[in-house]
Amino acid sequence: MQSETRSHIEQLKSPAGDAVAVLRLEGDIASTSKDAVLGAYQSLPKESNPLILLDFTKVDYINSSGIALVIQLLMEASTAGQKISICGLSPHFNKVFTMVGIPKYATLFPTHAEALAAL
Amino acid sequence: MSEPKAAIVEVRLPSRLGYEKVAMSTAAAVAHLMGFREERIEDLKTAVAEACINAIEHGNRLNETRSVGVTLSAAAGALEVKVIDAGRGLEHLPPLPDIDRKMHGQQEARGMGIFLIQALVDEAEWVTGVDGDSSYVRLVIRLDKVA
Repeated sequence: MQSETRSHIEQLKSPAGDAVAVLRLEGDIASTSKDAVLGAYQSLPKESNPLILLDFTKVDYINSSGIALVIQLLMEASTAGQKISICGLSPHFNKVFTMVGIPKYATLFPTHAEALAAL
Repeated sequence: MSEPKAAIVEVRLPSRLGYEKVAMSTAAAVAHLMGFREERIEDLKTAVAEACINAIEHGNRLNETRSVGVTLSAAAGALEVKVIDAGRGLEHLPPLPDIDRKMHGQQEARGMGIFLIQALVDEAEWVTGVDGDSSYVRLVIRLDKVA
């Protein structure tokens, strides 16, 4: 019933010339999404990936367990000194992420293009 | 003239994660029929999903022999949702999520569902049945008055 979470990583350059690792997520983000979210993030060498963009454009459903996975990712990134940005949230989930305080530890952008332009 | 009776819709879910989406879709369909704005329907969907997840995980402890009952009562101006499980209910509400405490490992990363429910609907209350072997959460979301 829970739709699968898919993720893939792309290495891009921002207009400023910085390397950005983009973690694109698709499907549902729930308690079953640990490997797709944290596993994919952990597969990136931390020292060579200081900028990470989490792209939620193709995510259909996020519940509080899924938000908890994002917080766990932010904890690891904070320890490693990585900067996390998030893009592609629907207006509703942008509001929910803001309600739980995520913008204190990650910058939210409406779209992938706006995020890349700002990095 | 007497008030029209509330329209009642009932759904029973297996205690299996993922099936909360059936309750979400049903609640959204009822809210559409009632004329709720999209933004409020999204709020309702998240609140109903979180209530069902709590019922499946904590109330029924993922025991698939127990079902979660969801009753939607559409009355003039408001939609009431009851999510019923076979648990003993909440002894106390969990602490408010604190992102700084979570980031420093002083509060579990999980545990935001009840906060989200309270923040997204107009009323939320947790009720334990008198027999102690069932409980429910009751949510109310009101239709905005047109100015």
